[in-house]
Amino acid sequence: MEVPILKQGDFLIASIQGALTDTDLTGLQEKLVHAVRRHRSKGVVIDVTVLDVMDSFAARTLRSITVMTRLLGAKVAVVGIQPDIAFSMVQLGLTLEGTITSLDLEDGIAMLKAANNKDRLGKHGR
Amino acid sequence: MDAELITVVSDAGVMHARQKGRELAMTLGISGSDLTLMATAISEIARNIVQYAGKGEIEFRGIARGGRRGILVIARDQGPGIANIAQAMQDGYSTSRGMGLGLPGARRLMDDFQIVSEVGKGTTVTMVKWESL
Repeated sequence: MEVPILKQGDFLIASIQGALTDTDLTGLQEKLVHAVRRHRSKGVVIDVTVLDVMDSFAARTLRSITVMTRLLGAKVAVVGIQPDIAFSMVQLGLTLEGTITSLDLEDGIAMLKAANNKDRLGKHGR
Repeated sequence: MDAELITVVSDAGVMHARQKGRELAMTLGISGSDLTLMATAISEIARNIVQYAGKGEIEFRGIARGGRRGILVIARDQGPGIANIAQAMQDGYSTSRGMGLGLPGARRLMDDFQIVSEVGKGTTVTMVKWESL
């Protein structure tokens, strides 16, 4: 199942619509990285609300996306991790270090905006 | 529930196996976060089959013990086998480029977990998730 990517201002929103195979996840990674470059995006929100499981491959792919987009100057927020998924991630030993996480899409966009503002202030004075 | 057998040869098969497992587990009284824990464990074990053996099968069976129901998951392959199981069960150990969390993670996600492997013959992982009472 392909993941649609929407452009909203400086941000891209990838909204996962159902269970994904490893190939789907790799495809998402590829598509997102190219879209960030093409649209000169400042942030990417990945909505995982309906993802059925977050196994080691899914977590590794999200981490790769975070690192790759950071190299292109954009930040990633993973939003909508369900309590059951969080529980299984901890049992499995998975973390999403370096990735912004938040409850929902709205929060995720707000956090990305705040993070980008902070960067700008940091670079150009107080 | 009769036994159900699924052949796993691709990443679509990995997804199908965890979805089938979840569906059957629901009919056996397993609910809530236990379903997600079990589906995640199946995903890891099924991916190991595709990655290391290329092909294998996963059998699901309803079981009961002391008035408690559960789902038995048996994953078998005739792949290269594992030379050092103790090492393979350690967090972070991987012979591929994986994270090395598949086997030890699956053990933590399930209630019962057993692995038997012989080099050149294959690997069988047997796992159970019991219903919460």
